[in-house]
Amino acid sequence: MSSWSRFAETFLNAKVMHRYLPDILSGVVVTIELALLVVVTGIAAGLTLALLRSLGLRPLNWLIVGVVDLFRSLPPLVVIVLIYFGLPSAGLAPSGFASTWLSLAFVLMAFSEEIFWAGITAVDRGQWEAARSTGLTFGQTLTSVVLPQAFRLAIPPLTNRTIAITKGTALGTVVAVTEILGQASSAMSNSYNPSPLMMGAAAYLVLFFPVVVAARYIETRFAWKR
Amino acid sequence: MIQTFFNPEIIVASWPIVRAGLLNTVLLSLLVVPLGLIGGLILALLASVKKPVVRWPLMVWVDFFRAFPPLVLLILLFAGLPFAGLELGGFICVGIAFFLNTGAYYGEILRAGIDSVPAGQIEAARSTGLSRLQAMTYVVLPQAVRNVLPDLLSNTLEVVKLTALGSVVAVPELLYQARQAQSLTYSPTPIVVAAIVYFLMLWPVVRLLSRLENRALARR
Repeated sequence: MSSWSRFAETFLNAKVMHRYLPDILSGVVVTIELALLVVVTGIAAGLTLALLRSLGLRPLNWLIVGVVDLFRSLPPLVVIVLIYFGLPSAGLAPSGFASTWLSLAFVLMAFSEEIFWAGITAVDRGQWEAARSTGLTFGQTLTSVVLPQAFRLAIPPLTNRTIAITKGTALGTVVAVTEILGQASSAMSNSYNPSPLMMGAAAYLVLFFPVVVAARYIETRFAWKR
Repeated sequence: MIQTFFNPEIIVASWPIVRAGLLNTVLLSLLVVPLGLIGGLILALLASVKKPVVRWPLMVWVDFFRAFPPLVLLILLFAGLPFAGLELGGFICVGIAFFLNTGAYYGEILRAGIDSVPAGQIEAARSTGLSRLQAMTYVVLPQAVRNVLPDLLSNTLEVVKLTALGSVVAVPELLYQARQAQSLTYSPTPIVVAAIVYFLMLWPVVRLLSRLENRALARR
């Protein structure tokens, strides 16, 4: 046997791949569900915190900054392990899926709050004053004048961060979530063959590569022209 | 609540285990950060050769690792390579995975830094008789690094946080040690302690970063 066919026989074994394809596909579904949940809730929570922070209430802002700093400092895997293995001792037993979702959503919340807040503060004070002096309320100024500019500033760093955190769904495998990596790993140990892992790797690329390419486009499209 | 999550006796008993993990996390970071920087520098220098033949494969390379979860890369090396007769051990796998993954991120940052130095600088440096390499090392790179320092720092923070992945392939870093202590004591306290250690270690960097970032945005 040539070395290529030996390699293919081991790493791209058609029989094994055929057998475990349904498992990997079900993993893909779980990964997509988890990723969408994380992105939607994480960014929504981050935006909410940034808006609350713009109200300028001192004690509330300290709290927000504290929470944000906490989730920017902790590795996501540590947060996942803490929630999954820690909370049962407090009488709550979140599933691996819920633990991973919550953890990554908290982390994305922290990063997106920082990004949105930076965008809001980057809008010149004079614009606030001008808008208010034309008779717009605080809320109107925020939604019609400040946020459109803040979003534009926020989009490039936010896409980057979102991709990096969404890839973290693979961490769910540590707490027995049946996403792509989890399915691939158990298929690998069942078949004693690495082909499922190769399929899993390919699945991640199929899912995330287009997102990364789109992000590159968005970055140049929304880059602030000086 | 305190008895469960912050039990003083368990903290004292498990501290030596957790402390060994902290030491290994620091050592691991001191290894993988320079490794990623070297990988990134190689990519950025290659990208400064403005030829499509070089640029396109580089872009695909970088996007590949931006799309590929680092944990999958690590598992692929750790659990996949043995099937090809190559058993590398968790530590070396972490080293290779970080070289590839974080190298791609550092590479993008350094490339942006190099691009931010005006071409006139290189031309001026070359006209004084400096070679291409000399112009790059003495003129372009110092300014490039200064221009993207916040991004470099931010990525370094992410790299240090990423060392927690080592726990999946039995590298005895902070998280791994804490989980060992957790299963020995049947208590979540060691994990809480590890989280506090991570926070105390990295919080100053986070504070510094958010000041730098706000300043950079305000300047636009």
